[in-house]
Amino acid sequence: MRLAGAILTLVIGAPVLLGAALTLATGFGWQPGLGRVDLGWEGFTEALAAPGILTSLRLTLVTGLGAAMLSLVASIPLARWLVTRQSASRWLTPLLAVPHAALAIGLAFLIAPSGWAARLISPWATGWDLPPQIVTLGDPWGLSLILGLMLKEVPFLTLMTLVAAAQRPVAEQMAAGRALGYAPGRVWARIVWPQLYPALRLPVLIVLAFSLSVVDMALILGPSNPPTLAVRILRLYGAPDPAQAVPASALAVILLAVMGASAALWMVGERAVARLGKALIRKGHRGVSRRNWSGAGLIGAGGALAIGSLGALVLWSLASFWRFPDALPADLTLKRWASADWAGPALTSLTLALVSTALALILAMLWLESEDRSGKRLPLGALIVLPLLLPQIGFLQGLTTGFLWLGLPPGPVAVTWAELLFVFPYVMIALAGPWRALDRAHLASAASLGAGPTRRLLRIKLPMLLGPICAAAAIGVAVSVAQYLAVLLPGAGRVQALATEAVALASGADRRLAAILALMQAALPWVGFALALAVPAWWHRNRRGLRGGVA
Amino acid sequence: MRNLLAAPVLAASLALPLAAPAFADWAQTEAEAKGQTVYFNAWGGDPRTNAFIDWVSDQMQEKYGVTVEQVKLSDTAEAVSRVQAEKAAGKNDGGAVDLIWINGPNFLAMKEAGLLHGPFVSDLPNAKYLDLSEGSAATTDFTVPTEGYESPWRLAKFAFAYDAERVSDPPKDMAGLLDWAKAHPGRFTHPNPSNFMGASFLKQALVELAPDPAALSQPVTDEAYAKETAPLWAWYDALRPLMWREGKSFPENESVQAQLLADGEVDFAMFFDPAAPAAMIEQGVLPPSVRVWVPEGGTIGNISYVAIPYNAAHQAGAELVANFLLDPATQAHMQDIRVLGSFSVLDPAKLDADAKAAFADLPTAPALPTLNDLGPTLPEPHPSWMTKLTEDWAQRYTK
Repeated sequence: MRLAGAILTLVIGAPVLLGAALTLATGFGWQPGLGRVDLGWEGFTEALAAPGILTSLRLTLVTGLGAAMLSLVASIPLARWLVTRQSASRWLTPLLAVPHAALAIGLAFLIAPSGWAARLISPWATGWDLPPQIVTLGDPWGLSLILGLMLKEVPFLTLMTLVAAAQRPVAEQMAAGRALGYAPGRVWARIVWPQLYPALRLPVLIVLAFSLSVVDMALILGPSNPPTLAVRILRLYGAPDPAQAVPASALAVILLAVMGASAALWMVGERAVARLGKALIRKGHRGVSRRNWSGAGLIGAGGALAIGSLGALVLWSLASFWRFPDALPADLTLKRWASADWAGPALTSLTLALVSTALALILAMLWLESEDRSGKRLPLGALIVLPLLLPQIGFLQGLTTGFLWLGLPPGPVAVTWAELLFVFPYVMIALAGPWRALDRAHLASAASLGAGPTRRLLRIKLPMLLGPICAAAAIGVAVSVAQYLAVLLPGAGRVQALATEAVALASGADRRLAAILALMQAALPWVGFALALAVPAWWHRNRRGLRGGVA
Repeated sequence: MRNLLAAPVLAASLALPLAAPAFADWAQTEAEAKGQTVYFNAWGGDPRTNAFIDWVSDQMQEKYGVTVEQVKLSDTAEAVSRVQAEKAAGKNDGGAVDLIWINGPNFLAMKEAGLLHGPFVSDLPNAKYLDLSEGSAATTDFTVPTEGYESPWRLAKFAFAYDAERVSDPPKDMAGLLDWAKAHPGRFTHPNPSNFMGASFLKQALVELAPDPAALSQPVTDEAYAKETAPLWAWYDALRPLMWREGKSFPENESVQAQLLADGEVDFAMFFDPAAPAAMIEQGVLPPSVRVWVPEGGTIGNISYVAIPYNAAHQAGAELVANFLLDPATQAHMQDIRVLGSFSVLDPAKLDADAKAAFADLPTAPALPTLNDLGPTLPEPHPSWMTKLTEDWAQRYTK
């Protein structure tokens, strides 16, 4: 028990704290390697004096809070629509599995003024022989970025709502609400959903932290002059002058404060909404019964954007030359697939994913099994959420320096460790529920037959949990393949994974290459989820009750 | 008599310390390099350059048993800051970066911080094909003397590209560009000046519009800056509202702008490699109707270099790669439009007949300008001008 706690703290907690501490110290001017050890506020003054910094701050707040709020709002009717449609909710998984960068590249191909959407309706419907001079991609308000974030976050929050709803008598409550005269949409929004919200608070805060600090999507979809704070920080870290690490770290600290303030604001907002909701309920208006069009409409709109984005990726990866306003490329060819170097990065991403996921699974099982054996919960809850609630750019650069100090050179090992910080929490969250819910009677029977704890683990628990373990592994692979900063910074550019290559190529000239890399980045998690469905089904082919897989 | 005797003695005494140890060293360098993996940090946004570096890797493996691994950067500064971070962490050997494709401000930053290995260029056997006389193009990087701390590998020269199907009347100079933009609002843009290419566009305009271009070769002063840039900003303030997205937003780099040209969102792209448009037509990225245009007075130009960090783990292998890049056969292969199309950095006067023939056999393309078409090469301003220019631009237009 103690050993497990120590290992987890050392492997997951320590790097995050070390990275954050080094970022904080650098922000205050501590650069011992350059002979600077006088602490001061200059980094902050310099960072805040940069041109357009207030615009960057506003952009960060608008896109971060906006994406989190709109995603949550959109997930409410969507979850209601899906809560009675088990099979439909399975369609969320493929969308959840698409990495942010890949989706962003596809969305950019779709919505640019010269993008696929405009090509489909030009010139016959619009008269555009040249792309219209309208601002879509990289708009100064960050709307494309919000849209991109929502495409990823709405499915996530919806799924979290469905998970929370599965533990409650939703059907009975809906029936009771309707018997009291409420319109079905209102029963859900005013009676059922508020009860589910406590389970959604953490996912929402994770979404909020992610939206405020996202880099890869912001690079592809966000405005560039000035960009969001997170992109600014990355640019400063990449500046040739090492002194720029000071304002960069100061900005990272500011971003952390922005995150804290936004979370606090969110909590205050929660209360205000709760009060408002209560007042509305007390008024007693039941509302008129209408069809639940908003859920279906959202599915339609979101699905069209997602399919359009992925479709644009497929077409571009096969295009020979594709001139505006042609709706389709002149020729489709596999030439690019044959000549492009996508296999190397794909293999790198796959290896990183397998290693970090395997480590995460081992750590998660170590945690859960030592809880079982001691009969107590490990008091390490913060370990799970800390890496997800801090802005990545706020500690990954510090961590890279920290790794160097500890003699760990930039490269695959450092990247695997950095990825583990994000893979482990999701694997743990996915595995903890099914593990703790395992029917203890089977274990008691095994114990009474003389099986020791290790044998019980290997012969009873793990086989019974094969489905959830495969599902957690698939999630781990998806999280790993999506990591961008965790490859870029600790990898020193030496580790060329799909995420870093795709983002780099997204700002290159050859769209077809970017499309190929993005498609591969989306394909790996899909294969993972498909296997997570197939493996337990095949393994337990003669055990009907155990055939499981991805929920 | 004394003179007759003295000359060879003098020659020998000069040659010995210079040539003999270098040659002995070179054999040692080759031996040391065998089996090394050289991490070549180079901007990775251009697939053709990446493919060329792959070819270099194959050749190096075959000829010298050296593996070349390209570290694809999205900005060269990433590699510079990596070396700086290593120095900050006290890692003075076994560094992650072995060779960097570098230029201008990044080179200056590394040189000033003592982050470079060298001087090494005169040790390279193939340096004999270069014009290394003082002040020559191959020894100056943005007015900064390279002093042997970086080795040339490809020629860069500013050039515009336009789609001849859409633009029949390309302007003649920067003033003409403003007139053109008035007639075609929203069809011109340039990369963000925080990017090298965007800064180069501003510099090209500065060199053309400055009252006294000679002042630009000196380190910038506040006074000179105010005087020389006044016409530039007047011109730019008139141009900006006529640009793509009213000059409020800019493509990130030249590649993104090339995409905009291909998509028909704008009518011009710009490159620091006059062969790039022809190469991109070949690749199917740009339409075949794209042509190169340069302002009449000529354009700024410079040479791309490779440098070796002071703490590089594989310095011998890196020197071997730098030498291989200067091989006439390598340079001719590089200048082939089907490969890279970059103009060679070698001094044609120093090439022997075989080397000359390799260059003479290279194919041509409609979008490929001859050196003659490109007009005179204007000297780059001192790097301090670029720094101040881009900072000033950010202050003025980033709100």
